[in-house]
Amino acid sequence: MSVVVRTITRVVLPVALAFGGYVIMHGHLTPGGGFQGGAVTASIVALLVVVLGGERLKGAKGWLSVLEDVGAIAFVALAFLGIGATFFRNILAGSGGLFGAPVPTGPNPGNLNTAGTLPLMNWAVGLKVIAGLGSVVILLSLFGREDG
Amino acid sequence: MGNLPFVASMMLVAIGFLALITRRNLIKLAIGITVIEMGVNLFLVSLGYVRGGIAPVYTYAPPGFKQMVLPTPQALTLTAIVIGLATTALLLAFIVVIYRHRGTLDAGKIRELRG
Amino acid sequence: MVHAPILAIAVPLLGAFAAPLLAKLDKRARDAWVLAAGLAVAVFGIAVAVKVLGTGTPWVYTLGAPSPGAAVTQGGFPIRIVLVVDALGAFMGIVAILAGAVGLLYGLHYLREEEGKTLGLSLLLLLWAGILGLVYTGDLFNFFVFLEITSIAACALIGYRVWESRPPEAAFKTMTMYTLGGLLVLVAVGLLYGEHGALNIAYLSKLITGSAVERLALGLLLGGLLMKAGAVPAHMWAPDAYGEAPAMATVVLVANTQASIYAIMRVVFTLFGGALARPGIGWLIASLGTVTVIVAVLMALIQRHLGRLIAYGAVSQIGYMLLAVGVAAVARGGFGEVALRGGIFHMINDAASVGLLFLVAGAIRRAVGSVDLMGLGGLGRSLRWESGFFLLGALALAGIPPLNGFASKFLIYESAFRASPILSAIAVLASILLLAVVVRAFHGTFLGPEPKEAPPSPKGMLVAMGVLALLILVLGLFPGFFLGRLVGPAAKALLAGRAAYLAAVLGG
Repeated sequence: MSVVVRTITRVVLPVALAFGGYVIMHGHLTPGGGFQGGAVTASIVALLVVVLGGERLKGAKGWLSVLEDVGAIAFVALAFLGIGATFFRNILAGSGGLFGAPVPTGPNPGNLNTAGTLPLMNWAVGLKVIAGLGSVVILLSLFGREDG
Repeated sequence: MGNLPFVASMMLVAIGFLALITRRNLIKLAIGITVIEMGVNLFLVSLGYVRGGIAPVYTYAPPGFKQMVLPTPQALTLTAIVIGLATTALLLAFIVVIYRHRGTLDAGKIRELRG
Repeated sequence: MVHAPILAIAVPLLGAFAAPLLAKLDKRARDAWVLAAGLAVAVFGIAVAVKVLGTGTPWVYTLGAPSPGAAVTQGGFPIRIVLVVDALGAFMGIVAILAGAVGLLYGLHYLREEEGKTLGLSLLLLLWAGILGLVYTGDLFNFFVFLEITSIAACALIGYRVWESRPPEAAFKTMTMYTLGGLLVLVAVGLLYGEHGALNIAYLSKLITGSAVERLALGLLLGGLLMKAGAVPAHMWAPDAYGEAPAMATVVLVANTQASIYAIMRVVFTLFGGALARPGIGWLIASLGTVTVIVAVLMALIQRHLGRLIAYGAVSQIGYMLLAVGVAAVARGGFGEVALRGGIFHMINDAASVGLLFLVAGAIRRAVGSVDLMGLGGLGRSLRWESGFFLLGALALAGIPPLNGFASKFLIYESAFRASPILSAIAVLASILLLAVVVRAFHGTFLGPEPKEAPPSPKGMLVAMGVLALLILVLGLFPGFFLGRLVGPAAKALLAGRAAYLAAVLGG
């Protein structure tokens, strides 16, 4: 692959990683969330496929699928947390503990420590989307080969 | 002017259908479906638009704002985008497999399942 | 058990996601886990049905609320996603659970490890969760999401045999049709939201007045769902899909198609059952159903591929259900209710008989390696159980008394005759043709001059087929019991029970 692509990838990679993480982390405060941040982060995998070729990322397929399952299970498990009241009940919100601060009213800079299970769910979805989209990209790049 | 987004979304849907009807290349069919999807998504977003409304993010709202656009259609659109992504990925995967078996992308040549 | 409706949806999802992880540790642990998940789903689904049919009122479960019953917030506006299970939903849940459980049991023995058994089981659980969500949900957008979950899982299952050339083509075709149908539904959901600002089915149903936008939405909803149900002229995908999907998936695919019929019922009778209850819609659906019946049976006559032959049989059964829905929409109450009972009863009969035929076809494919009727024949001696099951399923499909297909088809003929003798006559004629088709298929597969050797099927597969065969016999011998206990309340829930459905969600 050409020097241009490799150099640009080296610059873009940390930026994309940080931006994707930001979008996931602030999912409950700003536009974005697990899927959007996950898609941004997964674009790194697409860049890596372009730079390195799908062959060299083949080994990642296995643990990406594990991560994907973990993300999905975490999401359902978080929904199960509220089963004392109802499925999907946000029991952490307003509890004062983790992500349990009360939501400030009026225009404000935003408090990350709010919204209860929503940020955790954003991370679960983000994990699933990164792993899922990542393996889709790797698999599609491998499909053309004989051993895909 | 208020109806412009709706006209645009209907045009996207029409273009997508045109592609589905006139094209024989499998990838172009997949693109046609995606274009229809985008038209529908645009339709949903424009449904929730309120003239002069601001983004429905409470913490970003300037003091004394009048109206926010409806957040629900945006949530619907995001869900539809996610589903569309899964659909497109699956369609493309099938296309790759079909190509490996048949060596062609022409829908007219690979209709083994007719009748 | 207060959470049974959501658990019936969440447990198969959890099962589907955890199965690949367990498979990495131990294959037998995965099988046990999948079986346990299936058993749990069956328990929850039956618990839902028992309670709903016992109390006679719809079961409302609100996701994320302080308590499951709190569907509406102050002002009577339902803001959260609700699951509403009335008698019809409970009945459909039982059909889905039956199909899913049989499919899982069969699949555990049918799928081969080196061909991606884990993936097949996961997708099956995902499809199952989607169908259950579809029949339990009381929210229009949630409905669309579950519709798409079933579409994606179903198409991945149809294209499961990627190493062959035909399944990916069938899957591509089906995915195209499913996606277009889903998008039509999505536009309709958007239109209804734009008109009334709500997505709750009960709340929307109360607000619908019959404006032009609502009519457009009704048309789009019906169009999309008919595409997904495989009605003529959008039936091209169905024979490919049923013919190429692995046998354990076809059973669940049949239930998936029936979920679309359920959705049509829900749209016509509950959502638009108030202001837009026009007989014209009924005539349209009934004629489409009749055309579907006759076209599918004629196509079945000329098939060489056993799977595709049964698939066209399955499409024709969808036509009978549509005919029943149409007749019921022409006359809501009176003979319309009889038609609805026939149509609803036909769903479980169809799941049993068509499902059994597909399972036998899968067993033959596994034993002999081909299902081309030209090359088959003489298998009756070595596949003794399978031939018996096939004959039973075939006769039930054709509607021969005293098997179950007869009871439901008779109700449909009788009520369709009251609406239009011509439609009824065509349906009867098609049924006779169907008998010719299945007899030819049986003869071509199992009888023949020289007996052929074939390895026996695994016990688990035979058990799965046996469950369906037993069901056919029980349903056929005691139709009155099932009509009175299960089907009757389901039909009532759609017509007279509409007010109770709205009241259960909105209160008052």
